[in-house]
Amino acid sequence: MQIIKDKEIIEDHWQHIADDPIPPEGCITVSLNRWKAEKDRLIARDGGEIGLRVSTEDSLDEIADDLKHFQLIALGFPTFTDGRTFSFARLLRERYHFQGELRVIGDFLPDQVFFLSRVGVNAFEFDETTDLNDALSALNTFTVAYQAAADEAEPPYRRSLSKPTEGDASM
Amino acid sequence: MYQYNEFDQRLVNERVAQYRDQTRRYLAGKLSDEQFRPLRLMNGLYLQRHAPMLRIAIPYGLLASRQLRMLAHIARTYDRGYAHFTTRQNVQFNWPKLEQVPDILADLASVQMHAIQTSGNCVRNVTSDHLAGICIDEIEDPRPYCEIIRQWSTLHPEFAYLPRKFKIAVSGAPQDRAATKLHDIGLYLSKNETGDIGFEVLVGGGLGRTPIIGQPIRPFLEKRHLLSYLEAILRVYNLYGRRDNKYKARIKILLKELGVERFTERVEKEWRQIKDLLVLDQAEIDRVENHFSPPPYEPNVAAEEILDVHKQHDKSFATWLIHNTGQHKIAGYAAVFLSLKSPTAPPGDITQQQLDAVADLADEFSFGQVRSTHRQNLLLADVKKSDLYNLWQELEALDLATPNVGTVTDLICCPGLDFCSLANAASISVAKGIHQLFDDFDYLHDLGDIKINISGCMNGCAHQSVGHIGILGVDKKGVEWYQITLGGSSENDASLGDRLGPAVPKDRVVDAIATILKVYTEQRMDEESFLAAVRRIGIKPFKKQVYANH
Repeated sequence: MQIIKDKEIIEDHWQHIADDPIPPEGCITVSLNRWKAEKDRLIARDGGEIGLRVSTEDSLDEIADDLKHFQLIALGFPTFTDGRTFSFARLLRERYHFQGELRVIGDFLPDQVFFLSRVGVNAFEFDETTDLNDALSALNTFTVAYQAAADEAEPPYRRSLSKPTEGDASM
Repeated sequence: MYQYNEFDQRLVNERVAQYRDQTRRYLAGKLSDEQFRPLRLMNGLYLQRHAPMLRIAIPYGLLASRQLRMLAHIARTYDRGYAHFTTRQNVQFNWPKLEQVPDILADLASVQMHAIQTSGNCVRNVTSDHLAGICIDEIEDPRPYCEIIRQWSTLHPEFAYLPRKFKIAVSGAPQDRAATKLHDIGLYLSKNETGDIGFEVLVGGGLGRTPIIGQPIRPFLEKRHLLSYLEAILRVYNLYGRRDNKYKARIKILLKELGVERFTERVEKEWRQIKDLLVLDQAEIDRVENHFSPPPYEPNVAAEEILDVHKQHDKSFATWLIHNTGQHKIAGYAAVFLSLKSPTAPPGDITQQQLDAVADLADEFSFGQVRSTHRQNLLLADVKKSDLYNLWQELEALDLATPNVGTVTDLICCPGLDFCSLANAASISVAKGIHQLFDDFDYLHDLGDIKINISGCMNGCAHQSVGHIGILGVDKKGVEWYQITLGGSSENDASLGDRLGPAVPKDRVVDAIATILKVYTEQRMDEESFLAAVRRIGIKPFKKQVYANH
């Protein structure tokens, strides 16, 4: 299956494991509950990388100390209007300094990828019906932004290069 | 007023392109109704009873004459020749075609306007005092802060999918004319003990189904922390606000469920972690403030004498002067209200001819600017007193000089069942009925300051719960009934009205209002206002009379 990662369409090599047995090899993600239940075994596993699936009902405080074990965090949208995902992403990047892959999964739209990339998401796993090229171009919807966020530490009035200049727009 | 630079303009242009693409994909069947819904709402487009309704942002109610002319152009080209001003200082068109909305937005962008976040579960247009910058009691002009908040909230990547809509108001004067306490966040510019100016922060006000008055959570916030504090409040709301029930999703419910102390604790804790990361620099405040420097006034203390002559000769002018003009901080100037409450038009409506004409009057008499008010009127803020007589004559000819500002017939009214798909009952026809009670302006003026607010359903767009008299349309088995409340206020003494009694049927609602007004005139003491009288005698005497024969 293909996903978008770092502004490119790539073949995905991660498996999302639900209640099935943990495969010895390969990169896998597990839910927070499963992580809590089988943490020691998962840490000891050396056949591939571990990722964590976080739902909007989970608490980030619970995983803060474990972040070093994860190469990927997959934030799940239960529905595309659940905006908690956006705060989760930003907190993971800006407060918890998570450096791995931050991916969104579940019910979300290509129309949301621009804002998601601004809050720190760098990978997008759509369902099969979505045209990934549409989603890819949506990453470039805006070339300007008023806010500081995960992608830009300073608001426009502090950015020397793109600082607004007065009186440029034609009235 | 604020002028876009290249950066601001580019953002609005890119938003038009984005929305054009979304409309195209929806019409091509690539976006479902359900997927398109929040996307179009975030651009102010509702699908209504007859046609879509497009709401356009008027940031803190400020319009340049060329922007008014563009609204006239849109009314002519894409609509049926008129526009409707709302209680949040915005403007709505009731008849655009969905496929033409991208063109309307492109036209708007050409005059630095947009419909960004005028609906949807996001941060809405920031509102303010319509007398900002000219009133005598101001601590500081709130508009630069409104503009700073507008920019910060526009396309904020973290807060576009909140549990529910989110409204912010800023007041710069102790006398609240912006219904500040009835916003999700209300900010009062205030001075601390050492004389520094900052903000008092209120949270959790709001109308709709569960009207609640906002509570102070911080007595003084330094200006440099304005944006980080807003961001902390929004983040707490985004993370913890309820998403299971849309009627319990506003921040006021979170505040109520947590209690103000625990809520404040969460906000302050969040804020402490980000306050040094997002600082509002004085240089940026200065940059934005420069856009709001006073126009080149020519103070004239002798203007009163000219006015006196006209007042003596023309009683209608003298009456208009009392009701439709307000004090200005510069000698020789006045603020002039243009009443959009003529007996012949729905409250808040204005035709394309009137829009063009008002633009011309703004250019001639008020430095080319117009303001929309919370009570759905327009304002020319900076008129020379020596020009008032000429201006009045022009406004008379345009049917914009009904001398009823601040009176019973200056009522706030939503579009109601005639246009809105949410409404349970008509509101415009009730407004019309109330107008017909007053063929005589003397009785109207004798009644003094009475605010009537009429909403066609529980969503309460016309803020009926804070009207001195509130009228709420309800549906009872397919028939329109009206619930009446008395004693509400949206000002400093904000309060929610008390229910008079059982709802009254449509054919009796205007009679009921007439009876309420009669009870007031019988019971009032000296110069006592309606609100003061209701607060003194309670609703019983009114109730007794209204339900006497039923």
